[in-house]
Amino acid sequence: MMHPAFLIIALLIVAGATAAMRLRNLIHCALALTCALGGVGLLYLLLGAQFVGFAQFLVYIGAVSILIVFAILLTHGMDGGGDTLFSRGRALGWGLSLVVFAVLGGAVMSSRMLPEGSTEPLASTPAVRQIGDLLMTRYILPLEIMGLLLTAALIGAVLLAMKSGASAMPHTQPGGKAATQPGRDGQ
Amino acid sequence: MTPLKACLLLSCALFAIGLAGALTRRHAIIVLIGVELMLNAANLNFIAFWRFGPHPEALSGIMFAIFVIGVAAAEAAVGLALIIAIHRHFKTCDLDRINRLKDSSLPEVPADQPGAGPNT
Amino acid sequence: MAETLDQLFVLAKHALVDSTPAAWRPWVSSILSIAAMIMAFATLFALTTILERKGLGRIQNRLGPNRVGPFGLLQPLADGVKSLTKEDLVPRSADRVLHFLAPLVLVIPVFLALAVVPVGRNMVAVDLDAGILFFFAVGAATELSVFMAGWSSRNKYSVLGAMRAVSQMISYEIPLILSALPVVMITGSLSTVQIVERQAVFTGLLPSWNVLTPWGLAAFLLFLIAGTAEANRCPFDLPEGESEIIAGYYTEYSGFKFALFFLGEYIGLFAMSGLAITLFLGGWSAPLAALAFIPGYVWFFGKLLALIFLFIWVRGTLPRLRMDQLMNFAWKFMLPMSLMTILSAGAWHLMSPTPGVPLSSAEAVTHSAGGTIARWLVCGFLVAAPYILLGRYLTEGRNVGPRTYRYAD
Repeated sequence: MMHPAFLIIALLIVAGATAAMRLRNLIHCALALTCALGGVGLLYLLLGAQFVGFAQFLVYIGAVSILIVFAILLTHGMDGGGDTLFSRGRALGWGLSLVVFAVLGGAVMSSRMLPEGSTEPLASTPAVRQIGDLLMTRYILPLEIMGLLLTAALIGAVLLAMKSGASAMPHTQPGGKAATQPGRDGQ
Repeated sequence: MTPLKACLLLSCALFAIGLAGALTRRHAIIVLIGVELMLNAANLNFIAFWRFGPHPEALSGIMFAIFVIGVAAAEAAVGLALIIAIHRHFKTCDLDRINRLKDSSLPEVPADQPGAGPNT
Repeated sequence: MAETLDQLFVLAKHALVDSTPAAWRPWVSSILSIAAMIMAFATLFALTTILERKGLGRIQNRLGPNRVGPFGLLQPLADGVKSLTKEDLVPRSADRVLHFLAPLVLVIPVFLALAVVPVGRNMVAVDLDAGILFFFAVGAATELSVFMAGWSSRNKYSVLGAMRAVSQMISYEIPLILSALPVVMITGSLSTVQIVERQAVFTGLLPSWNVLTPWGLAAFLLFLIAGTAEANRCPFDLPEGESEIIAGYYTEYSGFKFALFFLGEYIGLFAMSGLAITLFLGGWSAPLAALAFIPGYVWFFGKLLALIFLFIWVRGTLPRLRMDQLMNFAWKFMLPMSLMTILSAGAWHLMSPTPGVPLSSAEAVTHSAGGTIARWLVCGFLVAAPYILLGRYLTEGRNVGPRTYRYAD
């Protein structure tokens, strides 16, 4: 693996994720999240998973982060509310996650069951056709369930975000715009 | 350190950061962001094991990653719709104040109430 | 001779690359491709600004810019100097980092998106296996840039413009991607090069362009409409509607940053038109077999200019939509219609003489006349029937005829 590239991307991911969890301004948090998720997408490309990397960009940068930003604007939560920003027991939370990291990291570092793996580059990145064939044959049932799940999520999200009440016409109310947002993920 | 271990360590760090955010922040949307980060950490593991595992030609890791991305998108859509609905109802996104299942009136601010856990 | 002319730029590049040391060759090759692409499209950008102003002037019965150079042709140069020497204003309460980053986040992805559009035979910057997916993936970053620009300005017109723009772009991205899908289904590949190559063969006199099929025509029109909305051009230019919200998300931009936004918007338009040409209009291939001696890049840029002319014409002719009309149109008309084109393309594939065979080889088989007519009828019906039904349903009870105005008597 190209170590410099990996290090830069790892730094980008960790810095973005930390910023997303620590910044006070919610919009800045969402943009830092975008940065971290974009870094993950770049890492997929570096590892040779082209299709997943592009899907990551399309879904996370194009849809999820925009959705989060919209939700922040719609809930008027520009800044996280001053001193009510963090929960009580903030130190406890960070300490707990540090313990989790130590346990997981220790397990990874001391494990002897991990495959050695071939560090030489792959012969060829998997073709899109191969992925498509697998999706239509071996993974057809998960694919169908996924379609069902996304349709259910689409309808559910629209119903949840729609203004309740008989007079509410979702497409003429300002809320109707919000109601249509989640639909993007249902495709 | 093998590349696989480097990737796994990175995903551990990502998971821990996401977990810390989900535990310590009070705004519902930030907690959702933390959950997204944890999902991505898991996804990174799938791709790393696919790349450095014994059978990269089977593409199982890639398939898992694609399905996880789909589920994460659905989760984000429904979660944010829920947050918007809750905000409309309670006029706040503060998770420490949204602690009732019935009654739309807000409880008084539990400023220094003991016993409320960090992950409420 | 025609072959050499067609491959002129490819041969020149190879000659240049071969004259460098072997270790540099991959780098030199990429740099040459990138430089050529940026130069070509930046020139086209300058040309388009003057074309647009002249064309709009003609449509509005005036002359347009005619003072700088012969016929005003040097106007882009004057505009460029002007925007470079203007003061770069940043509002005091603005978020400086995001305000600075927003134009960059727009310009870089749109140039990246151009990298997968083939402008001639063997003339594509990168031939990705998942080219179409790459195009849409980098295109997604433009929405983020618009939001960053609007929000960081701390100006209510900017935020309103950004909210409008983002909701519009997200709503129209679904029909955009869905109307590109039939082509991917029929070709069986996401690679832009393969998509063009499949269309570059002739059946009889006509080329086998996707636009010459029932599903292709419908998908092309849907793609163009969604692309217009995605590029925030008239009649979908609500995000920057001057009469309502000044200039939308770039109200607070001036000087060089505004020029970058301007550039990004036009390059995005070129990328969108280039993809439309690649998907439906046969890319660099000639419309008639007899005209194949003209180099491919001439055809590509000719088609691109024709599409740009179409966009200018539409801008000069159609009035701006209202926000609710825009959303209704996207979700109630574009979305169902683009799903129907996918169904129609599936029927087209199943009724081909050899279903199940990869289509690139199946197209060469001669069809029986009856089979061809039945195929056209079924696929045409699958597109036309929902169009008529949806049109009836959506315009029901509305007065869509010409408006009658009553003036003071």
